[in-house]
Amino acid sequence: MMKKALSLFLAAAMCAGMLAGCGGGADTNEATNGDSGESTAAAFKIGGTGPLTGDAAIYGNAVKNGAQLAVDEINAEGGVQFELKMEDDENDPEKAVSAYNALKDWGVQLSLSSVTSKPAEATATENFADRIFALTPSASSTAVTEGKDNVFQMCFADPNQGTASAEYIADNQLGTKIAVIYKNDDVYSSGIYEKFKAEAETKGLNIVSTTTFTSSSATDFSVQLGEAKAAGADLLFLPIYYQPASLILQQAKSMGYAPKFFGVDGMDGILTLEGFDTSLAEGVMLLTPFNADAEDEKTQSFVTKYKEQFGDVPNQFAADAYDCVYAYKAAIEASGATPDMSAEELCDLMIQTFPTLTFDGLTGEGVTWDSTGAVSKSPKGMVIQNGAYVGM
Amino acid sequence: MKQSKNLLAGKRDTLISFGIVIVAFIVVQIMIMTGNISSSLKGQLVPICAYIVMAVSLNLTVGILGELSLGHAGFMSVGAFAGIVATTSLAETIPAAPLRLAIAMVIGAVCAAIAGVIVGVPVLRLKGDYLAIVTLAFGEIIKNIVGVLYIGRDSSGLHFSLIEQKFELAEGGKMIINGPMGVSGVTKISSFTAGFVLILITLFIILNLVHSRTGRAIMSVRDNKIAAESIGISVTRYKLLAFVISAAFAGMAGTLYAMNFSTVTAAKFDFNTSILILVFVVLGGLGNIWGSIIAAALLTVLPELLRAVNDYRMLIYAILLIVMMIFNNSGVKERLMEKRAARRAAKQVSKEGL
Repeated sequence: MMKKALSLFLAAAMCAGMLAGCGGGADTNEATNGDSGESTAAAFKIGGTGPLTGDAAIYGNAVKNGAQLAVDEINAEGGVQFELKMEDDENDPEKAVSAYNALKDWGVQLSLSSVTSKPAEATATENFADRIFALTPSASSTAVTEGKDNVFQMCFADPNQGTASAEYIADNQLGTKIAVIYKNDDVYSSGIYEKFKAEAETKGLNIVSTTTFTSSSATDFSVQLGEAKAAGADLLFLPIYYQPASLILQQAKSMGYAPKFFGVDGMDGILTLEGFDTSLAEGVMLLTPFNADAEDEKTQSFVTKYKEQFGDVPNQFAADAYDCVYAYKAAIEASGATPDMSAEELCDLMIQTFPTLTFDGLTGEGVTWDSTGAVSKSPKGMVIQNGAYVGM
Repeated sequence: MKQSKNLLAGKRDTLISFGIVIVAFIVVQIMIMTGNISSSLKGQLVPICAYIVMAVSLNLTVGILGELSLGHAGFMSVGAFAGIVATTSLAETIPAAPLRLAIAMVIGAVCAAIAGVIVGVPVLRLKGDYLAIVTLAFGEIIKNIVGVLYIGRDSSGLHFSLIEQKFELAEGGKMIINGPMGVSGVTKISSFTAGFVLILITLFIILNLVHSRTGRAIMSVRDNKIAAESIGISVTRYKLLAFVISAAFAGMAGTLYAMNFSTVTAAKFDFNTSILILVFVVLGGLGNIWGSIIAAALLTVLPELLRAVNDYRMLIYAILLIVMMIFNNSGVKERLMEKRAARRAAKQVSKEGL
């Protein structure tokens, strides 16, 4: 019995040691973040969660890098100072809430919410309950902001994209018979599809084939393409991310099916996909807020710096995150917020300030927010020509 | 003699199980009251409770009954979504959150038990590893069905449809489960106290079952099916009994878990979650209830504790798992167990000598 008590005690001691070690670890982490964030008392603490590991890791890391780049630039300028911390949520709401709580322990003042939609829904509820202001770079589901006065979006919401796509197709008479392939276990994809369908009906577009796939069947699209082809569709709407889209393009070509392809912002990134033959994407149209090949100075400087530091071309997630940090900067300067304010005071200030802002960023000029947290910026229609985006 | 010793061992296990849970609850409550708890740990309390109930209930199938179930998360899923529909529908009728949660848990348990019967009846009659294969498939089926399930509620009641949303909601209606988008905007009503009470109920029922006549029958089925049959024990009946009880508690845990987050998707309750729970059970020791409790709590907290070492988090977690497995099968542990047994025997002898 003695020994059992002893072993229990030892186990408890080990746990305590772990907790203590954890605390210590957090300190060193702050210090490492500090080399870019000049960890002084006068810095605003920005924190967000995102999938830094796992299937969706490219999005989480893009956001992390994009935000870090903005923080570094702003801190180098002097004036408003930021300190950034991203926690891994593995694209899982449960882990996201844990990651959010870890950020709370760290003392987060302004939140970047979460990168992906479902985790963001979970953390946004916590943001709302804890009165910590959140501006999500890329969680596009409407449920993220719904009913929460202190959660704002930097990207446009899924329904906007679906509606905008249908309008664009109808107004420009891009196709008469439309086929859709979407991913039905994905919030983003099915969210866009539903609004697209609704808008297509009112615009009198003729959807002749609707097929779906899931994460586990995202490698072979011959059935879906075959159905679209048999229905005689001349425009294929793909509200999906670029990895499956690249396969669809490939397989369509190999079966000799050449409709017009129309994508949404998830399609952005297809040209930089490793091992992808860009000639396949020739003529693909997409709506996207950001375009890494744009000629303007802001985008050019962002893309060059990003490439230098992280070695790849930034996608729209990185651009949205970069804009988030700059939007925070603009809001802080407009409201006169100071880093010694509590998260709650900052939250009230931000709720008042954001709807009054007009913000020029990488992902849009003259961006504004309404008080529900939704952003208003217009998606740009792009078409791929000679391996580059060209405005339509 | 032997029987009384077994009885004693049973009592000791029961005491340890309840002791761990109650002491942990009191310690955490004190921490909360004195404000010494990190938000990180506080946020994990309810998931830990849910995972403990999951592990204990799976232990009934895997440890006590000796059948391998790889789809326990499927039952959790059934309980979670049934519970969400129940709490949302009852929101106006029963405003008291704890009562609503309790009723939702019962509904979740009933639904999961029905699913358990459906899976169990044909499969538990089979020999070998068929249960493992079918439960594995069951988990995937549930995931896919909930993924295309649309449930909405308006003034005229609940509406259901599969694959596509075929109903229109009246003014003021609200979607409860929205196909692949899962559930959004759940009002969180789970609490640590509710989780604690659920663990106590689970322990009370499962430990009593295990130490009862029925429990001994279940274990005899595990140890030797032919011998059990020869003394008139209905193998299928006891197998089904244990399996369905296990499923019902998984359903309750699912409700508790779902009501702690504002959003749930079917994809959460996938094969990985089933395996995670199986890992809790195996590391805690097959048939060892308090082992499951500790393993579930530790392994849920561990990844969060390792957040400080960010990039190496998953690596360390995996290494710790492997180390624990090696320890469980090693000579060191056996020697420790032998020593303990020898000491106990010596004590017994000295007592009897007196």
